[in-house]
Amino acid sequence: MRRSTTESRALQVMLIGIALVFLAFFLLLPLIAVFGEALKAGIGPFLDAVSAPDALSAIKLTLLIAAISVPLNLVFGVVASWAITKFQFPGKSILISLIDLPFSVSPVVSGLMFVLLFGANGWFGPWLAEHDLKIIFAVPGIVLATVFITFPFVARELIPLMMEQGKDEEEAAISLGASGWQTFRHVTLPNIRWGLLYGVLLCNARAMGEFGAVSVVSGHIRGETNTMPLHVEILYNEYDFVGAFAVASLLAGLALVTLVAKTVLEWRFNLHGSASH
Amino acid sequence: MIRVQNVTKTFGDFAALHGIDLEIKPGEFVALLGPSGSGKTTLLRIIAGLEFQDGGEVLFDGEDVSSRSVGERQVGFVFQQYALFKHMTVAENVAFGLSVRRKGRPAKADIRARAEELLRLVQLEGLGKRYPGQLSGGQRQRVALARALAIEPRLLLLDEPFGALDAKVRKDLRRWLRDLHESMGLTSIFVTHDQEEALELADRVVVMDHGRIEQVGTPEQVYMEPASPFVSNFVGETNQLPGGVHARPHDIELVGEGGTPVLVDNVFRRGGSWRVEGRIEGHDKVVEFDVDASQPAPKLGETVQIRPRRVREFSS
Amino acid sequence: MTASSAARVPRAPRRRWRQPSVLPGFGLTFGLSLGWLTLIVLIPLATIFLKSAGMGWDQFVAVGLSDRAMAAYRLSFGTAAAAGLVNAVFGLLVAWVLVRYTFPGQRLIGAVVDLPFALPTAVAGIALTTLYSPSGWVGQFLDPLGIKVAFTPIGITVALVFIGLPFVVRSVEPVLADLGRDVEEAAATLGASRFQTFRRVIFPAIFPALLTGFALAFARGVGEYGSVIFISGNMPGRTEIAPLLIVTQLEQYAYDGATAIATIMMLVSFAILLALNVVQAAGRRRYGV
Repeated sequence: MRRSTTESRALQVMLIGIALVFLAFFLLLPLIAVFGEALKAGIGPFLDAVSAPDALSAIKLTLLIAAISVPLNLVFGVVASWAITKFQFPGKSILISLIDLPFSVSPVVSGLMFVLLFGANGWFGPWLAEHDLKIIFAVPGIVLATVFITFPFVARELIPLMMEQGKDEEEAAISLGASGWQTFRHVTLPNIRWGLLYGVLLCNARAMGEFGAVSVVSGHIRGETNTMPLHVEILYNEYDFVGAFAVASLLAGLALVTLVAKTVLEWRFNLHGSASH
Repeated sequence: MIRVQNVTKTFGDFAALHGIDLEIKPGEFVALLGPSGSGKTTLLRIIAGLEFQDGGEVLFDGEDVSSRSVGERQVGFVFQQYALFKHMTVAENVAFGLSVRRKGRPAKADIRARAEELLRLVQLEGLGKRYPGQLSGGQRQRVALARALAIEPRLLLLDEPFGALDAKVRKDLRRWLRDLHESMGLTSIFVTHDQEEALELADRVVVMDHGRIEQVGTPEQVYMEPASPFVSNFVGETNQLPGGVHARPHDIELVGEGGTPVLVDNVFRRGGSWRVEGRIEGHDKVVEFDVDASQPAPKLGETVQIRPRRVREFSS
Repeated sequence: MTASSAARVPRAPRRRWRQPSVLPGFGLTFGLSLGWLTLIVLIPLATIFLKSAGMGWDQFVAVGLSDRAMAAYRLSFGTAAAAGLVNAVFGLLVAWVLVRYTFPGQRLIGAVVDLPFALPTAVAGIALTTLYSPSGWVGQFLDPLGIKVAFTPIGITVALVFIGLPFVVRSVEPVLADLGRDVEEAAATLGASRFQTFRRVIFPAIFPALLTGFALAFARGVGEYGSVIFISGNMPGRTEIAPLLIVTQLEQYAYDGATAIATIMMLVSFAILLALNVVQAAGRRRYGV
């Protein structure tokens, strides 16, 4: 349709073309490269690489880390969003900024913080050693770093959503005699479930894929504290490219599943993908 | 002279305009009046060049402008929500049309002087340095008008110009706009769904419904001699009496006897008269009429006799 | 006034920190949020600054502002800014094309934009390195032209462009979609060309969002590690980014050095983000919106 405020079709086609070429080079090509390199030597070496004992233990550890840190941040996200969106109090915007803080901290620095706290020379180091507890270079350290890195994801998704929905429905439920928990369970939760799922998806993708922070606190002990991204790094640095890309392709598969789920959620439930990270 | 000839427009399956013909003389102030979906805004936008007709022609002074872009048509357009540029000052908004001219752009100082002059004209002197966000609704409306006037339009088009304002401001602005139109010798077309506004402001009213023009006439003609039941209903209040007869509430009087019997359902005061609502036996439409408040109000449940003083008959 | 009626007069409301609400759970949820935030975010972050404060100025400067560290900051902030600018241009273009035009595969492209959010950084890192190394899919065509991407600052920028793109696109997209058609139509009725309309009406309106997207991409780029270390080559003084320098220090058990560099990085990042926020807030106040 001809419109007064649009560009000529030729210009449109040119702009679309430039955008697509840019996206192809910077986004699609790397993705294709991952799968291409992983299957370069055929399906056999690929399967060998992903079923190697070290790879399997990395996969298990990654799933464990996500299984612990995602629920923690899920609960925090819901609790914080409730406090922030259903009540008026001064200092609210500061609280929101603080929740966002981990976004602007380098992953490496996130790892460093926990090393300074719990490492052998850290503040709690001697005390931990005395009680034979290990946080750094062990699973608890990886969990802590992952929780820090993924801290804002769920809250970030829920706060705008719940702000937009206001609190009329909750007030109505309370006025009808519902308890706080019943109100949350039957009124709030159904309203936010898709946004919540969306936040959890992003949180999970980041939790499984985090590299920098985990790298600092893990100690890279094969078969013990190696997550999948760390395992990719080790294989790559050992010039086992097929192995590295094979494990990487599993992570890329996870990314694709996340994107598909997110897209489906957006289409079906009209969630806007506003400034999510 | 603006001429619209057999203009048609469809959006997908929806026919917005079916063959519109219209002529607007220089200096006229014309209202396009109709309910939402009547095609009035589409017609205005086609005249402006913001939308393009599927068939027919738009002529400015005999020249077919159908292939001319909106920028070339030199029309001033005032948008319903004003569409002011938020990040520009009021003066910059007003000056915009002159400052984007590619041919014959006036010098900067001249543009500034012109903007000030226009702000004076719309009684916003001294507010040039403000941003639109800092103005009231009525002030924004006048900035939008000044901005449209800056390009010395051959035609001023206004889309629901008072729609977003509250009642008091609306009334003041109406009168002021009418004066401005007169004093500047403009040719103006405005779109409205408010019949009162159309009747008060316009030299001629174009009543539209479902993409067709129902009637074109002076406010007096449209009100007193509606050309169709639609016009009769849409412009002013009307009663449908038995036998396809339409009568305005103020054209119905009480008579002692020999009139049509009406059972009174409701009576309330409206200004200087009683508004009576009632039913005629065997007729499903409510009948409304006015009784001068100096007379006693009819009682609920009472049956009174009425007779229309003036009627319109439409063969259906 | 009789005593009984006086009793019914409500007492002057106590000044409260929080406005009263009929909804329950504020104490619980606020307390939990603040507690968890303090444990996971605030205390660990404070450690960095406390540790810095404890090490003495001379030592802090000696490591934090050493030549090697300065080169690393220049590289990290420089490449992040360069990538941010590339993304500001192309991110705006992508957002524009997605919002304004229709073309086949549009929804797919819209979804793909988020890939960098979902793809682990290490995976992106090795993929980009493979593509842009001199023998790689793309690198083999650039190498004969004398353009070296992998193991140079250009490579780092490429990785940061990948990481930062969605920040710009997702910041600009909603603003572009919300921008009223009528404003552009107004410009058109006043005789502005499409380009004039873009430059003088559309661009200023989306600039704050573009700046936000740039800032987010920039902040992320400065601290980015996983996607960069593979492609950067990690040569001290030349292609060693600041986060890598921290890791190197840590591997040598030089906790003070690592902390000093981390502190300076964070201070500069926060200062830049704060400055951008102040600029934005001033803009909003100025336009009275």
